[in-house]
Amino acid sequence: MTQRRWSRGSIGPAGGSSARRILAGAVVAALGMLASGCGRQYVLLHPVGPVGHSELRLMLLAGGAMAVVILFVCVLLAIAAVRFRDRQGRRAPYVPDWHQSRILESIWFIIPVLIVAIIAVPTVRQTYALAQVPQARKPLVVDVTSLSWKWFFEYPSAHVATVNHLVLPVGKPVLFELTADSAMNTFWVPQLGGMEYTMPGEVLPLWLQADHTGVYWGHSSNFSGLQFEKMFFSVKVVSASGFSSWVRQTRRSDPALTAAAYRRLRAFGTTGTATYSGYPSGSFPKVTHRFTLTGGQYVPAVRGYGQMQMGMAGSGGTMPAGRP
Amino acid sequence: MTAPAFVPYLLHTLFPPNTHRPTEIGADVMMGLGMGYLVYWLTRHRKWGWLWRDWLTTVDHKKIGTMYLIAAILMLFRGGVDALMMRVNLAMPHAPFIGPEEYNEVFTTHGVIMIFFMAMPFIFALFNAVIPLMIGARDVAFPRLNAVSFWLFAFAAALFNLAFVVGGAPNVGWTAYPPLTELHFNPGVGTNYLLVSLLISGIGTTITGINFLVTVLRMRAPGMTLMRMPMFAWAALNTSVLILFAFPPLTVALLMTLLDRLAHTAFFTLSHGGMPMMYVNLFWLFGHPEVYIVALPAYGVFSEVVPTFSGKRLFGYTSMVVSMAAIMVLSYGVWAHHFFTMGAGAAVNAFFGISTMLIAIPTGVKIFNWIFTMWGGRIRFTTAMLYVMGFIPTFTIGGATGMFLATVPADYQVHNSYFLVAHFHNVLIGGTVFGLLAGMYYWWPKMFGYRLDERQGKLAFWLFLIGFWITFGPQYLLGFKGMPRRMWTYPAGHGWHLLNVISTAGAFVMGAGFLVLVYNVLWSMRHGERDASGDPWNGRTLEWSLPSPAPEYNFARIPTVSSLDAWWAMKQTGQGRGRGAAALRLRPQDIHAIELPRNTGYPFFLGAAFFVLGFGLVFSWWVIALLGLAGVWAALAYAWFDHDQHKHMRADEIRRIEASMGRLPA
Ligand code: HEM
Ligand SMILES: [Cu+2]
Repeated sequence: MTQRRWSRGSIGPAGGSSARRILAGAVVAALGMLASGCGRQYVLLHPVGPVGHSELRLMLLAGGAMAVVILFVCVLLAIAAVRFRDRQGRRAPYVPDWHQSRILESIWFIIPVLIVAIIAVPTVRQTYALAQVPQARKPLVVDVTSLSWKWFFEYPSAHVATVNHLVLPVGKPVLFELTADSAMNTFWVPQLGGMEYTMPGEVLPLWLQADHTGVYWGHSSNFSGLQFEKMFFSVKVVSASGFSSWVRQTRRSDPALTAAAYRRLRAFGTTGTATYSGYPSGSFPKVTHRFTLTGGQYVPAVRGYGQMQMGMAGSGGTMPAGRP
Repeated sequence: MTAPAFVPYLLHTLFPPNTHRPTEIGADVMMGLGMGYLVYWLTRHRKWGWLWRDWLTTVDHKKIGTMYLIAAILMLFRGGVDALMMRVNLAMPHAPFIGPEEYNEVFTTHGVIMIFFMAMPFIFALFNAVIPLMIGARDVAFPRLNAVSFWLFAFAAALFNLAFVVGGAPNVGWTAYPPLTELHFNPGVGTNYLLVSLLISGIGTTITGINFLVTVLRMRAPGMTLMRMPMFAWAALNTSVLILFAFPPLTVALLMTLLDRLAHTAFFTLSHGGMPMMYVNLFWLFGHPEVYIVALPAYGVFSEVVPTFSGKRLFGYTSMVVSMAAIMVLSYGVWAHHFFTMGAGAAVNAFFGISTMLIAIPTGVKIFNWIFTMWGGRIRFTTAMLYVMGFIPTFTIGGATGMFLATVPADYQVHNSYFLVAHFHNVLIGGTVFGLLAGMYYWWPKMFGYRLDERQGKLAFWLFLIGFWITFGPQYLLGFKGMPRRMWTYPAGHGWHLLNVISTAGAFVMGAGFLVLVYNVLWSMRHGERDASGDPWNGRTLEWSLPSPAPEYNFARIPTVSSLDAWWAMKQTGQGRGRGAAALRLRPQDIHAIELPRNTGYPFFLGAAFFVLGFGLVFSWWVIALLGLAGVWAALAYAWFDHDQHKHMRADEIRRIEASMGRLPA
């Protein structure tokens, strides 16, 4: 199974109890019914990569557990309302001074504790698991810069760049290094997996992988000003050979992005898509990479990384912003 | 600048293009007409003196509560109109009714108003109206500061609402994250309005927090130990503590942003090495406790309403108290769940994911305790009780989606999507708003002496509940379809259209609910059933031992409390068995002279001076700001030297009043 390959900590069927499987099945069925007709447009329910899949599994687990709780509370409330409604001739017991029961109170202390435990354990496991790029394959690195209001993507290994569209090889993990040369946005391709902020002055990592070729869409999810709604981009996933031929083609026939052109790109406004066979060296913060990859794990490149990430390191933690 | 050049400059600054759109002008005209009518009415009926003596200078907590309530309902109207404008815009792809400039302003003002100028004053309305009555006190601990709080809030709200008439409204979202709030990204005065008005109202809120903390701790009637306090008093206590520790980070964050904008400091400004992430931390260090500041009072209301209308003692009082305190403490330790996707790393995310989930435990305890309070009771489905019945399932679902969001990897997918929008409305409307409305219906007779019509009230309830689910149910699905929040319009082809249409329809159902609510109030003012007994619901707590509305001094004789649900106990025991006055067994010789706080005008002037100061800051017009500051000092100096703070009511006067209300044998 695919998910076994990339992460040990997954809560795949092999790791789950049968109760959990039934629960998840019920939720899948319910959501499936809901989604029938235009189901594909429920992009979160149709991930095409391992990250999206494992996030979906957690959603189903949390959703299932919560559905049980909701049902339980609603049924209990309904019974109380019907049985104890103030009506003539009501025969249910009336006990105005009954106000305590150790046993009952312990029960509904324990129920939430159990539910929390059921959700929390896999949550923690997955949170750690997803923070690592799968070790088996060297990821493709893509440097992402959000601008007002467009996306600028650089492929350092191929030294090509694109605006508002991505081309990715299928089946290969992609490490996105995210920053912003404008207000904050989030980089989000729902069908591949969750989002991460792009923040000026910081570089944040996010890895995703597409297991099927096709064209997907992405958008920023964090409001960034006037034309925020224009921050769509497309993600075209092609075969490995298709990807290298796209790189070759681009290098051969597309113009390079000049420093002046990058400055124009940075200005407030929107543009369509574009592809470049090169980009100026200063357009992504090289020296300030906050992390490197060792054995697939993000490792702080400078000391005090963790504090910087929590925004507590003062000016020592920022990169000079007014870069060209 | 020469005089002729100055005039166009002034006009352009005060009335930039975004203040002359049709919707703005329409609102201006409406407000002008409204104000004009008010002035006309006051003059015609010679009511100016009454307005000044009875309201603007009052320090009576009951009247201050009434003013908070009026303000909250007005702000609910403004925020609701904002919401409807957004929903109309989103009903169709590419069919804008308002453009992005206006949409961005509208979602910002909607959020700010609903939280700071609707929910908060509504809560303070209920605190003011009932907390002193519940705990057997004659007023709050600091009556004059109470008036100061109100007027700071009122003038801050006025300043904020001035933005769309003069100078332009803010458009950065209620969270106001930098660097979007930097001058470079956001020139103009709109954001200044947001910062300054929240700073001013924040002072008022903090004072309210201190006031109710001290009131609940120090002013309780003899015999009312902490563990004999009504749950609503516990809610006020916990909320006050939350306010005291949550508002300072907000104040710091807003002040730093303001300094960045006005004085070109670089706390958050990137180009000078500032740190936006710092703001995000400070904001949510406030922001998460804030959601419990608006939620705990609702819990408090439900804990009063359920026992009363079930005719049964609150189930698990001790665990209710403990769980509320647990929520209060935990709520300081979860703020980073608002930015799991800001790269804090797995350890931090795991910690905050779990700490967030822990809140579900005390919350679950409370829900079950409410249900088991009904169990074995005799439930009367009044409007207030219906809100409980709507609240429990709705809030449970809202809490459940919160658990979903605390599941870190799941949050990576739905953060800042419509799923999030649905979640927080689920808890804010299903929890806070339902709670506040329940409280309003429940205590209305106590506040005004007559009941709100139940049939109309129930109609409004059903419209709110059904409208709520039609509005926000589809928004969960939109989240699963990947729709980000705060988009002013969207393209076709993602399958977002139909769900948005449904959501918009639901918003209009809620709008209808609001109209019915207002009609309900206006109708009942004329025809509402008088509450002669003072105890219309067969209540359990001390406020119901008083006539409705309570006299200025509240208690002719401070009661002595010997158990939880003190009034219920008085009604059950002794020869005075029965409702209303009889159970009180008040005798003329029990009544003595009472010292009461004297009215004063300085809180009003203090608020007005802050308004001027704020206006000067917004436009960086320092002369005006200094004038305002001088006014602030003048008002404070006056307060300092005004030692004549009390008045006395003679015993025979009180006996006369009590007798006229049928509380004393004549
Ligand atoms: C008729 C009822 C309501 C409707 C239809 C409604 C609708 C909306 C919409 C459409 C948004 C903006 C979504 C976007 O980001 O584009 C929003 C945001 C928001 N609403 Fe409501 N709302 C309603 C009531 C309330 C109430 C009662 C409260 C508070 C107690 C509230 C608090 C908020 C907050 C805090 C935001 C976030 C604003 C921001 O992120 O800038 N809403 N609402
Ligand atoms: Cu929170």
